[in-house]
Amino acid sequence: MKVQGLTIQENNMGLLSDPNRRRALISMLTRLNAPICVVCYMAGVAWFMGLAFEPFTLRTYMSENAMGSTMVEERFPAGERALATGREFAAHKKKVGGMPVDWLVKTMQSQGLEVFTQRFSRTLPFPDENKERYVVEGTNVYGILRAPRAPRTEALVLSAPCSPGNNNNQAVGLLLGLSQYFRNQIYWAKDIIFLVNEHDLIGMQAWLEGYHHTNTTGMDWSPLQGRGGSIQAALSLELSSDVITSLDLVLEGLNGQLPNLDLANLFYAFCQKIGVLCTIQGKLQRDDWDTASGYSHAVQTMMLMVLKQASGRPWGDHGLFLRYHIEAASIKGINSFRQYKTDATTIGRLLEGMFRKLNNLLERLHQSYFFYLMPSLSRFVSIGYYMPAFGLLAVILLLRALDLWVQLSALPSRTEDGIADIEQSGPGVLSVLTPLVISHLTGVALYTLPIRSQEMAVEHFPVFETEAVVLTAIAIYTAGLALPHNTHRLVSGEGTEQGWRVLKLVAVLYLAVLLGCTALINFSLGFILALTLVPLAAFITPHVPKLLSALFMVLLSPGCTLFFSIFFFQELQETPVNLQEGWVLFLSVISQGILDHSLYGSLVYPLVALLVYPCWLLFWNILFWK
Amino acid sequence: LGTFEDRRWEATEVEEAAPGDAPSDSQTSSAPETVVTPSQPEDDFQEELVIRPLHSGDIYASFQFRTVWDTDFMGGKKVSHYRLFPKSLGQVISKFSVRELHISFTQGYWRTMQWGQPFLPSPPGAELWVWFQDTVTDVDGTWKELTNVLSGIFCASLNFIDSTNTVQPSASFKPLGIGNVTDHRFLRYATLPREIVCTENLTPWKKLLPCGSKAGLAVLMKSEKLFHSSFHSQAVHIRPVCQDWQCKSTSWELRQTLNVVFDLHSSGQGKREWSLFKMFSRTLTEACPLASSSKIYIDVTDNPQGEQFELSPATPLLSQAVVLGDRRTYSVYDLTQQATFGSMRSLNMLLRWKSSDGECDMMRPLLHGERYVAGYGLQTGEIHTLMYNHHPYRAFPVLLLDTVPWYLRLYIHTLTVTSKGKDNKPSYIHYQPSKDRVRPHLLEMLVQLPPNSVTEVTVQFERALLKWTEYTPDPNHGFYVGSSVVSALVPSVVAMDTNSTQERPLFSSFFPSKEESSYFVRIYTEPLLVNLPTPDFSMPYNVICLTCTVVAVGYGSLYNLLTRTFQVEEPSPGLAKRLANIIRKMRGVPPL
Repeated sequence: MKVQGLTIQENNMGLLSDPNRRRALISMLTRLNAPICVVCYMAGVAWFMGLAFEPFTLRTYMSENAMGSTMVEERFPAGERALATGREFAAHKKKVGGMPVDWLVKTMQSQGLEVFTQRFSRTLPFPDENKERYVVEGTNVYGILRAPRAPRTEALVLSAPCSPGNNNNQAVGLLLGLSQYFRNQIYWAKDIIFLVNEHDLIGMQAWLEGYHHTNTTGMDWSPLQGRGGSIQAALSLELSSDVITSLDLVLEGLNGQLPNLDLANLFYAFCQKIGVLCTIQGKLQRDDWDTASGYSHAVQTMMLMVLKQASGRPWGDHGLFLRYHIEAASIKGINSFRQYKTDATTIGRLLEGMFRKLNNLLERLHQSYFFYLMPSLSRFVSIGYYMPAFGLLAVILLLRALDLWVQLSALPSRTEDGIADIEQSGPGVLSVLTPLVISHLTGVALYTLPIRSQEMAVEHFPVFETEAVVLTAIAIYTAGLALPHNTHRLVSGEGTEQGWRVLKLVAVLYLAVLLGCTALINFSLGFILALTLVPLAAFITPHVPKLLSALFMVLLSPGCTLFFSIFFFQELQETPVNLQEGWVLFLSVISQGILDHSLYGSLVYPLVALLVYPCWLLFWNILFWK
Repeated sequence: LGTFEDRRWEATEVEEAAPGDAPSDSQTSSAPETVVTPSQPEDDFQEELVIRPLHSGDIYASFQFRTVWDTDFMGGKKVSHYRLFPKSLGQVISKFSVRELHISFTQGYWRTMQWGQPFLPSPPGAELWVWFQDTVTDVDGTWKELTNVLSGIFCASLNFIDSTNTVQPSASFKPLGIGNVTDHRFLRYATLPREIVCTENLTPWKKLLPCGSKAGLAVLMKSEKLFHSSFHSQAVHIRPVCQDWQCKSTSWELRQTLNVVFDLHSSGQGKREWSLFKMFSRTLTEACPLASSSKIYIDVTDNPQGEQFELSPATPLLSQAVVLGDRRTYSVYDLTQQATFGSMRSLNMLLRWKSSDGECDMMRPLLHGERYVAGYGLQTGEIHTLMYNHHPYRAFPVLLLDTVPWYLRLYIHTLTVTSKGKDNKPSYIHYQPSKDRVRPHLLEMLVQLPPNSVTEVTVQFERALLKWTEYTPDPNHGFYVGSSVVSALVPSVVAMDTNSTQERPLFSSFFPSKEESSYFVRIYTEPLLVNLPTPDFSMPYNVICLTCTVVAVGYGSLYNLLTRTFQVEEPSPGLAKRLANIIRKMRGVPPL
């Protein structure tokens, strides 16, 4: 045998092609499987927690040259007038009892904008109790400021929702003030669309679908008459008081999509320049990263972002733009008890500055990151840094799969009889297939039945439609626990050692693929699911103590994960809830999740119902394997 | 189709001849404009400026300069003596055997809904269309050369015109001059929607004028003011016209036009008034000495009794003309008369609105079009073209011309034309499929627009993945698709008003007279900006690293496996056996 010039590849390949060394490696992996898995899990969690530690993160910087080096001067003078317009808007809103369409149209027209309206209507699948709406009808009003000598190919959007009650009047006032001021400037190179949308996200969805002439959610809307070409960026403004103490930036959009990091950088840069307090997740940034409290502050900020992103819902009107590859963010004015106040003129100047820089864009925002987490507004964690945390968790599944594979290939060799082998593997496949099919059918039921059967439920039980939907979902979820285990006994008569191993191998690989794909699209969701499902998938066998493990499994199931996440989220937001409030919140979150899916096309509910929950049921099945 | 073309031709004549055609101020020529009276010298130059306060409160200023020369570039003898006609263009005509040449540079989009129809429409960017003489054998070669020469003359990127953006429309662009050539083999049409127009294009354009920018109306063309506007369009049209009414010999007409729309809102700070000085930062002191006529027309149709605005200095001259199907009244200032300039020796018209309500609700022009890309994602999409017919009871046909670059692969089977929710079958469709990297899609359709309706033309497309060298330096900006062109004979507003009998005798008003019954309109939709799937060009380093790793690991191990010889390895012998073997070797007997 030639031994000269051993390259690395030869070494690697030698490892696998040489049966002795392969055996040694595999035996090591199987022998040390459990400790390695534990170490990986610890390392994954530790890595994730380390992401918020400031020396490990990168400082944000403006990547886009068109926005970075150019200077703009902010001169917006008319904050007081904007607030007066806001009060006028409020008065008209009160008089009409909704969106004052005529007044808005007239006001925008008098400023010299091209004004259009869009009517829309939508019947929700079941009443939304949080916002008290069922049949939604409304009108969006938007005015287009045409850029001089521009051929209508590019546009920017500034939107403010027309909210019920006394909310957001100042935002609309400031929007109108800015439109008046922008109209008299000559430097615009992109059309600017000023949009006042009714019924917040539903109106925004109708407008975006109308603008792009798509219909993904079955909403009725009248076609738009005026357009400004392809929208490059959008800002959504929420402002409910005349003065504010800080501005909060909201980035998380539908399905956990985030706008390009440069948009956040732009906001931060202007807050610094103009001297406005700015927050993300409602948290100021702190300088004392080396103290425990400073670090925990950063962890809290990051965890809030992770939880919000994992929920997959749009956290502001901007969230729906992201589907259309339009970079968008919401800016919320917050008025707390701080001493230092910022007036409307300053906010107007901030927005003016941001729009002027966006106006300078020569290309779509693409230079900076699309996948990131932010432990503070000036620090970010890019995909390259946070993915290893997930990778460490995912590798556990692969190690377990390898272990099972080895065990499976070792089992038949022990029985010398080849015929018995074949007989055994026949029902083996079937016994895997049955639980797979049954658990997925349960998933389909969980996905379809709650909305379908709401009428029946309302008829037979003393509940409202919303409660009916949520309770049906929970009922199906719990019924799934009782239903499918031991199905293999119907097929093969008796479960075998090999049977559950095959099933577990399939389940573990299934979970690995599922989590991997989820984490690529929505890291936070993938990571949270991995955090709970991976230990469960790693240790469950039919031989562990049944009752204790069952309790453990239920606690780590997707539904309970959601339940804990709600408490955790409330804790992080410094509005802790007790068990009963938590339960009410839990019910409303489920109904919101289902609504988000049918209204805006959020994918979290179908993902959990159709894939994650059935996968969890497979493990449940293994636990009760006889 | 034939009749359609005929009628359009006449209507075009009416439309273009209109401003100078029916002057009530006893101008010398009362014949149609394309006919030059024989008593004129061999070449002739006219200049005029039309100012029209627009519905939206903006001001539309349209300059036209017309040079006519009775000469024959195509004859045997070489034309070498030039007087008013610019030599550079004359040489282009004779060298490339051009029959007709139309070129326009436009910055901005004409807002039909606010401004109504322009006198001369043009799409954003650059547009060039040329009819060659039927003696030209290699049309494509000549076209290529011509675009390069024009690119030099006008200081524009016309050299980017190549086969991938050139088409030969079969019906939309007919010759505007004399001659009834309809063989579209000799026609080339191209647009560059991305072309940016600025002073470097204006200067060579001004140099083509006989007086340059030294005298006459051209002194008003200061670029810092012309480009401080909402819309800017400059054009050059060359065509052969009849020398006299018998049309035995032809003259060449060069028409240079410049259209500007000034935004009163952003420059006037709320005060609604304008003057020549305010718009152009110049006043007029003289006409171009070489011009046979030099006039300023101001549209006062909306102001018959002076209740809307007041115009000073007042002029007694009024002129009426049917422009774009609408009877308009103009105040005329004749710059060749010294009296026009008054005692100040300078003319600075001032127009002051009496009411200052800046309301600008939308107009409803009879024909109006728009276009957009629908859908999301980077794989497929849909182009929607909307054509509005706002006429209350008349349907009329329009010709739609669509040129789409090859990298949007049109699914032509998805082409639908719907009006009022019903399928609208085009009576004529000319479609030329694209060839990758060679030629664009060309789609021409003759569609009947029902009265008071929106007709929607949709076609789906797939976005092609380009080769990496084919991307522009700023690929994330997107790729442009030129405007679609809608040409139509629109029933006139004058004809629509069948109830009005105050001005006309009863016997004349029953049948709408032909010249007023419809007029030719060409509208351009907005260009599209489409994003194509774009690779991350900052990635090559990562790609190189990744590829090298994959090749090293994958190929290396495969190679290793393929070249290695496998053999059953003896279990390694024990120490005693090895010692015994050494002894046996020394003894010369085969080992154990």
